[in-house]
Amino acid sequence: MDFAFMQEAFLRLIGGIPLTLNLAFTSIAFGAVFAMLLALMRMSNIKLLDWPAQAYVFVFRGTPLLVQIFLIYYGLGQFRPTLDALGLWGFFREPYWCAVLALTMNTAAYGSEIIRGGLQAVPHHQVEAARACGMSGFLLFRRIIFPIAVRQALPAYGSEIILMVKATSLASVITMMEVTGLAAKMISQTFRAVEVFIVAGAIYLVLNFIITRIIMAIEWWLSPHLRRPPAIEPRLEAAHV
Amino acid sequence: MMKLFKALGLTLLASTLAMGGASAQEKTVKIATEGAYAPWNFTGAGGKLEGFEIDLANDLCARMKVKCEIVSQDWDGIIPALQAKKYDAIMAGMNITEKRLETIDFAGPYASGPQGWGVLKDSPLTKLAGQGQRINIDKDPEAAQKIIEEWKPLLKGKTVGTQGSTVNAQFLDKYLKDVVTIREYKTTEQHDLDLAAGRIDAIFAAHSALKASTEKPEFKDMVIAGAGLTGDVLGRGVAVGLRKGDAELKSMFGKAIQSAIDDGTIRKLSEKWFKIDMTPQT
Repeated sequence: MDFAFMQEAFLRLIGGIPLTLNLAFTSIAFGAVFAMLLALMRMSNIKLLDWPAQAYVFVFRGTPLLVQIFLIYYGLGQFRPTLDALGLWGFFREPYWCAVLALTMNTAAYGSEIIRGGLQAVPHHQVEAARACGMSGFLLFRRIIFPIAVRQALPAYGSEIILMVKATSLASVITMMEVTGLAAKMISQTFRAVEVFIVAGAIYLVLNFIITRIIMAIEWWLSPHLRRPPAIEPRLEAAHV
Repeated sequence: MMKLFKALGLTLLASTLAMGGASAQEKTVKIATEGAYAPWNFTGAGGKLEGFEIDLANDLCARMKVKCEIVSQDWDGIIPALQAKKYDAIMAGMNITEKRLETIDFAGPYASGPQGWGVLKDSPLTKLAGQGQRINIDKDPEAAQKIIEEWKPLLKGKTVGTQGSTVNAQFLDKYLKDVVTIREYKTTEQHDLDLAAGRIDAIFAAHSALKASTEKPEFKDMVIAGAGLTGDVLGRGVAVGLRKGDAELKSMFGKAIQSAIDDGTIRKLSEKWFKIDMTPQT
């Protein structure tokens, strides 16, 4: 194991971290909104909304992300005149936006199921208690259902975020030079696959370690009911009376 | 459970030994190719490997009196997998370069051809200088430098596609890095698609591969522009890649290639697949 070379590899590969994180968080942000929408469609009890959402989740969860990236990038690339006419070519011309789109659509499908699970697991008695207090509709959703659902969905959603960080490595197939893209390029110049991939793997590991800590911190913050209440200090001045 | 594993291990060991014994009588050489680089090597309609190098490999193996097995392997992992002994030789349109010689050995070359630009018919880049010329950077560095300087103003700010891990990617990195935006693709077909779609302004690739693409109906608007280059980072011809120190295989391939050049087999195969003679000039 050549540590001097691995250090060189590390210094080159960290150049890809901004793009890796950019792709991951842009698509997670768009994807979360879309996922929420899909989850609400599925729970609306309106068939016209429920069925398209179900079909969407079925298609995007049931096909590999790599295939989706290829279809969006190279597949749609062949319909340039149509996309030009629709004014969408500026978007699809860029590999960055194609990657973001594919990652967003994919994470929305998985995310919607996680959110739906979280929403459906909100205990019924809490909803009833809220109704008894006079809450209903959006207020009930905002104050009671949504916060509890988020708390319950967070562990699973955290996994999804980690999966997304790793999934960005697939963007290298459409010329995006994120960590994996840079690793492949460096291997082609040095032919030392083992060292470079070890460094690339370690970078993803560190990124995901930080992300898991952040998610754990949010979980802790959202679960005050599971923590021991702070001990109440006896009031000293009272003893002197 | 441990017993089962042991038994399995023994069976595996025994079968490996048996195979080793068999190959002592008739040596099997495993050759890797990319299978996505027409007309050098590609996967045909029936899923079988075809192309110049497949025909040549079979011919060379007959000359060497060995049994050959041709496998396909993604281009960007083709040298690491050779080193990991997944196969014994590479025939995949690979040029001899100084950089690669640090890691592997070559037998040959068995073919040579220039690298150059592919652009769309209506692009201003069709005016790239040196159309029809062929310049060897090693032999005529001034002419090469001059033509590259002439290209720069036209190429300024353009996006150029090339296959990653190739001599072409190295050429762009060395000479035009500050002039153009470089995008690296996994296969040549992918950059062809992106040129046709208008995502990139030009591609830099082997003339042989460009020519093959222009003959496909979907890439009929693509043309070869500017001078064709050889030498320097672009290498000294296409050869068989071998592990360093594999002297026996190197001399076997070397002799077989020389005899295939001498009796005109390479010229014949080259004319069949490339429509031109790509026999290496010495």
